[in-house]
Amino acid sequence: MKTLGFILQKEFRQILRDKTILAMMFVMPTFQLVILPLAANFEVKSINVAYVDHDHSSYSRQLRNKIASSGYFRMMGTPGSYKEGLGMVEYGKADLIVEIPSGFERNLMREGSQKVNLSVDAINGTKASLGGAYLVAVLADFNNNLDINMKLAGNRATEPPAKISVASSNWYNPRAEYKYFMVPGILVILLTMIGGFITALNIVKEKEIGTIEQINVTPIQKWQFILGKLIPFWIVGMVVFTIGLLVMYIVYGIFPKGSLVVLYLFAAVYLVALLGLGLLISTFADTQLQAMFIAFFFMMIFMLMSGLFTSTDSMPEWARMLSDATPVTHFIKVVRLIVLKGSGFSEIKNELGYLVIFAAILNGLAIWNYRKTT
Amino acid sequence: MENKAITCKDLTKRFGDFKAVDGISFDVEPGEIFGFLGANGAGKTTAMRILCGLSYPTSGQATVAGFDVYRQQEKIKKNIGYMSQKFSLYDNLTVWENIRFYGGVYGVSRPEIKKRSNELIATLGLEKEAGKLVGGLPLGWKQKLAFSVAIFHRPKIVFLDEPTGGVDPVTRRQFWDMIYEAAASGITVFVTTHYMDEAEYCNRISVMVDGRVEALDTPANLKNRYHANTMDDVFYQLARGAKRKSD
Repeated sequence: MKTLGFILQKEFRQILRDKTILAMMFVMPTFQLVILPLAANFEVKSINVAYVDHDHSSYSRQLRNKIASSGYFRMMGTPGSYKEGLGMVEYGKADLIVEIPSGFERNLMREGSQKVNLSVDAINGTKASLGGAYLVAVLADFNNNLDINMKLAGNRATEPPAKISVASSNWYNPRAEYKYFMVPGILVILLTMIGGFITALNIVKEKEIGTIEQINVTPIQKWQFILGKLIPFWIVGMVVFTIGLLVMYIVYGIFPKGSLVVLYLFAAVYLVALLGLGLLISTFADTQLQAMFIAFFFMMIFMLMSGLFTSTDSMPEWARMLSDATPVTHFIKVVRLIVLKGSGFSEIKNELGYLVIFAAILNGLAIWNYRKTT
Repeated sequence: MENKAITCKDLTKRFGDFKAVDGISFDVEPGEIFGFLGANGAGKTTAMRILCGLSYPTSGQATVAGFDVYRQQEKIKKNIGYMSQKFSLYDNLTVWENIRFYGGVYGVSRPEIKKRSNELIATLGLEKEAGKLVGGLPLGWKQKLAFSVAIFHRPKIVFLDEPTGGVDPVTRRQFWDMIYEAAASGITVFVTTHYMDEAEYCNRISVMVDGRVEALDTPANLKNRYHANTMDDVFYQLARGAKRKSD
């Protein structure tokens, strides 16, 4: 135990002395939590619309105003022809063309139906499908509120059209804001970076400078060396996690609805698992460059497979299996459940089981693969 | 066997088909300064790594401080000091923190570390630098400090892998004074070097060629045997026949 004390003393000195790493550890969480949730946003707003109006009637003007005032669309102009509108799409000035044929108002009045042409730039699939859907909804609403339809309904007062009106409410995130989904996720990614990669780089750096050789020739035992590396970064991770929670509260006003104790318990176990991954990477990599590449490989998988940006439920079966096999997935889920939903320990204890298994496997492999003598 | 500092018998290390160390045998007496010479690529470092418990031999026997290199590496590590050609103090720790760390992991108690490091810093004349980062020290000072740290826990044997590489002749001379002092206090010194004047300072030297020990004797006897005036000449005659290309 005395030896471990000396090792910890040395590690803390070195961590506190490395100003770059230290700054990164504290600036990164703040910066990422403040900036990323605002930018990484899947809500589709400000879709640029080219409105081709061949009718120039009061109805077509009403429709144009309605689209413009819906909050989702930005009127980029009223080109004279469809071709001109397409030109705007080609130059990236418009995402969507609405073409109102001539005789729009007349046909609606007389024949009770009229086709409208929508063309959507589908390069950004999300924007295209959501934009199209929003516009269809705006059109449907416009249609319902047309004087002519109102009058028709009024005339047949004896049998009012049956209408189902849906009143939906969003639970756990009442305004369905994307940031409530993203912020806890980004918090998890931060812990992942610190736990998994700074540790790996730290150990590999000792390999590069050659001090690890000096360590290997001392009576320092394997477990002492490993604990000496894990404990400081575990503490750093918990500190960064706390800073992250504070930023989340101060900037976004999100305070965990569930128990902080449970949240910290999960963070603690999760960090052990990720530190194990870092350690494992360091036993394979001989240079920091190699370690970085391996780390990036895992980071990409973690970011895209963990349900950080997208729901894991909509992944294909095989992808969901892969997703379940990364510890990040489980921790992101747990953090969202505790922070937003206020889930208690009993509802998420299975996830803790997963994390414990990851921690045991990753650390076990790392210890097994770390050799003082080759 | 028991009272020898190091014994080697047919010690071999093979990497695939390549015999880095090819059946070397020698003994080192306690308190001796043993020079371990050889051209680049002759297998010196590999042999030394085996003796320090960093690498497993393929076959043969060896003991260091009476402990077996196959099974008792951790006991060996408690009883030796090691300073490698790759500089091995922490650049981002101060002189004093480096001493405390290495002293501590060898089990020297905190009060004892304090006492000894004060003495050490005074002997090296590093009073002003004790609180500074090692990274900022001149190479010669770093190397003297690294040697002092390697023998800080009073090991039975100290292994020095090209300890004076890249330093000026005056500092080298001072370095060897420190080696003599350590030997006088009973520490066995096992040193590799490329400087033949340093070889002359050793009690006995061995010359490795292509993984084998080609010659082993006192510097004077070797010069006699090869009818040479200097160790340079002896080394040249022995290493000339090497088949392995130096790196």
